[in-house]
Amino acid sequence: MTETSLRLGESAALARHIRVQTARMIHRAKSSHLGSSYSMADLLAVLYGRILRIDPKQPEAAERDRFVLSKGHACAALYAVLAERGFFPKEWLEDFYQDGARLAGHATHLGVPGVEVSTGSLGHGLPIACGMALAGKRDGCGYRVFAMLSDGECDEGSTWEAALFAGHHGLDNLIAIVDYNKIQSLGTVNEVLNLEPFAEKWRAFGWGVQEIDGHDFARIEQTLASVPVVANKPTCVVAHTVKGKGVSFMENKVLWHYRSPDREEMSKAMVELGAEE
Amino acid sequence: MRGAFFSALLELAEKDERVNLVVGDLGFGVVEEFALRFPKRFLNAGVAEQNMTGIAAGMALSGKIVFTYSIANFPILRCLEQVRNDVCYHNANVKIVAVGGGLAYGALGATHHATEDLAILRSLPQMVVVAPGDPLEAEAATRAVAAHAGPCYLRLGRAGEAKVHRTQIDFVLGKAIEMHEGREATLISTGGMLGTAMQVADLLSDAGVHTRLLSMHTVRPLDTEAIESAVRETGAVFTLEEHSVVGGLGGAVAEFLAENWEAPVVFKRFGLPSEFSCFLGSQEYMRARHGLSAEAIALGIRAKMEKAQSLTAVAKV
Repeated sequence: MTETSLRLGESAALARHIRVQTARMIHRAKSSHLGSSYSMADLLAVLYGRILRIDPKQPEAAERDRFVLSKGHACAALYAVLAERGFFPKEWLEDFYQDGARLAGHATHLGVPGVEVSTGSLGHGLPIACGMALAGKRDGCGYRVFAMLSDGECDEGSTWEAALFAGHHGLDNLIAIVDYNKIQSLGTVNEVLNLEPFAEKWRAFGWGVQEIDGHDFARIEQTLASVPVVANKPTCVVAHTVKGKGVSFMENKVLWHYRSPDREEMSKAMVELGAEE
Repeated sequence: MRGAFFSALLELAEKDERVNLVVGDLGFGVVEEFALRFPKRFLNAGVAEQNMTGIAAGMALSGKIVFTYSIANFPILRCLEQVRNDVCYHNANVKIVAVGGGLAYGALGATHHATEDLAILRSLPQMVVVAPGDPLEAEAATRAVAAHAGPCYLRLGRAGEAKVHRTQIDFVLGKAIEMHEGREATLISTGGMLGTAMQVADLLSDAGVHTRLLSMHTVRPLDTEAIESAVRETGAVFTLEEHSVVGGLGGAVAEFLAENWEAPVVFKRFGLPSEFSCFLGSQEYMRARHGLSAEAIALGIRAKMEKAQSLTAVAKV
């Protein structure tokens, strides 16, 4: 694969760029899921800047690493990073989620280079990622498959079917990253359906598990650069994150799962992110 | 049909290393040969159909031709959203195979009656829906769905059905096979009712109603040319399926005729009522209890045609 990675230390700038673009897209579209996009923005920046073996000029190269955004509702952030990495023109971001747009409000692969899988209904990404990982192993291909999950979608039985499968088959080329921001659609994870003890559940299903601060760039990179974290096992990175991370008044608020920022909130957010509106 | 499917699948796997078989922990006594001969292309996904279907999509998106296999409703309804989103939306090269279509598992109860599958699957974009009529069609259909790039649903009957075709068949997806020539009525059959349909055609011909019989093994895409010829040349069209009368072959033909044929058509669907069966028993017993014996169908067709003729006579007076 062509090496197009960012240099060490540039992930923070990419993450800030993702947050700025995502806010603009969601504000223009009057759409939702800014908080869900922000909690994983730092993880995405490290993945797309430093970890994934991908080439925007050959988005379907057989040996590429696969990234599956299982939490498809946070796709604005994915589109932002794909555009920044050159998978498609940045102008496509401008009419996100609007009439006639190319980019839908949930991750869509059709006509969008770099989006591996369409998601939007939760609990679909990990099974598909398992299939890709299994195919890679059977074919002796060296690619890895990264799947980004929300904590809320760990309510879905299909997620745990896939977890059981990946552990049983020792899919050590599969990495699930759970964006554990601890807030889902209608309340906190604790209130809705408690996942704890969470890391222990993945371990019990046969995974190597690493718990990290999902906003610590060095730690994210160190972890993702050393997968599998346990030999011959799939890796689950439980990334402790903050919903709405990066804009103070959005952080840790259920409200920002759905709220679209108005003009005044946009101005404040852009000031905090150090960008023009 | 089950044996015919596996025999064709083994041949395909021998020739094409992209062919994989993924089962949902079912197929005792029939999947072992594939597993032994092609261990790296066999997978038992366990009793987890949602994951099985997602895995199949992921494997297909990585270049493989993946057959998923289970019984009755398990590989389609339990995981319908995976079929719709992961398989159909991605146009993934997945072939969903269900053994026990219709009332093959009649005595096991309504959980095992696959009687809405054609209606549900044919409403999914990209999906090709095939219900072969006998072992020869099942074998040919297996090859045809493997050769088709995209999602397919293959509805098989059970094991040990008799062959209905007496000669080699020319099987093309989306093209009906004419089994019996006739000019007075057309009976269109899909799936395992084909043997019964042959008996119906014989009974009707004996009674002087020369009936064309079409084996409509592909429910989607529907062979609308064959239906048009049937209605133009015979004037009366009847459908037969071991499936609810709602939305299956009969529904598909009715939709087509209602929109595309301006003159009145004598038409009736023979199938199962849209309700959970209150009977239990063998496939033959269940068919008979639901009016799907050859005699009952032949009587029903004659009654419908006589009623239509008397109405025409009244209109002329």
